[in-house]
Amino acid sequence: MSLENFLLVGAILFSIGMYGAISRRSAVVVLMSLELMFTAVNITAVALSRYVLPAGLIFDPSTTSDLVTRSLLTGHVFAIFIITVGAAEVALGVAIVITLYRNRETVFVTDANQMRH
Amino acid sequence: MGEALNLGSGTESTIVLDIAFWVISVSTIIAGLAVVFMKDVFRAALFLVVAFLGTAGLFVLLRAEFLAVVQVIIYVGAISVLILFAILMTRDTEQGSPSNRLRYPAGGVALLFMGAAIFVSFNSEWVLLTEFLQGGVGETPGLSEATVAKVNEVYADTVPVIASLLLRDYVLAFEVVSVLLLAAVIGALALVRER
Repeated sequence: MSLENFLLVGAILFSIGMYGAISRRSAVVVLMSLELMFTAVNITAVALSRYVLPAGLIFDPSTTSDLVTRSLLTGHVFAIFIITVGAAEVALGVAIVITLYRNRETVFVTDANQMRH
Repeated sequence: MGEALNLGSGTESTIVLDIAFWVISVSTIIAGLAVVFMKDVFRAALFLVVAFLGTAGLFVLLRAEFLAVVQVIIYVGAISVLILFAILMTRDTEQGSPSNRLRYPAGGVALLFMGAAIFVSFNSEWVLLTEFLQGGVGETPGLSEATVAKVNEVYADTVPVIASLLLRDYVLAFEVVSVLLLAAVIGALALVRER
């Protein structure tokens, strides 16, 4: 278990999500693939925050200031923001899927072509 | 050295943690594959729950217990239920999950990206925290004892540290995200409102 292992898992999960988001027709599956990509990014952010030394500690290896040492957990804060944005995105995505189904009786993104001229 | 061991679980790789890591990662990846390749959309959503739980397990291994709890509450508890409701309300399950014309290009792009990401992560010179806890690399000095104690303190109880990061260092982003959530909720309500 090392940094590279976690980055490997993150990369594989992100690629699976990327494949699903590009290649599937069902909008719900596209949404689920997007969520997979979000979680993969979260794993990567937290793993980097866990294993990589923050720049503040390189410049001053004997610091005890809270301002510097709390930057150890910056990745956690990024993950929290990503989770929040992912939740907002899924709420809107589900609303759009339901509206699309109500108007067109389909959830396939390939059939959502109202805006084509 | 005794201080640094407090950081233990996560940096020292014991055999138990290694086994836990590989079991969790392999099941997460298999669940992720099932999400994309499952014919039945409803079952795919259930496998998404497995993938989220596996991610929470990885967070625990990374000493991010707070994030693991947040992951379970928000992703497993809320987002999965939302997606399951979307599947039920659109009666999409019998149509399955066919792919569009982009199937092979998408596979190629995803494989290329995966190769590039793995190459970068295995070939970069990471400046590792563990090396600096145990006395530096080359002529760069390691962390002082007071700093090591401080690092251990941060990892002993992460929630107050995350709180001060959120409400001091990143307070602007925090407020913007709350406005974003409000906008998303109002937008979702406006979209699905019966007229």
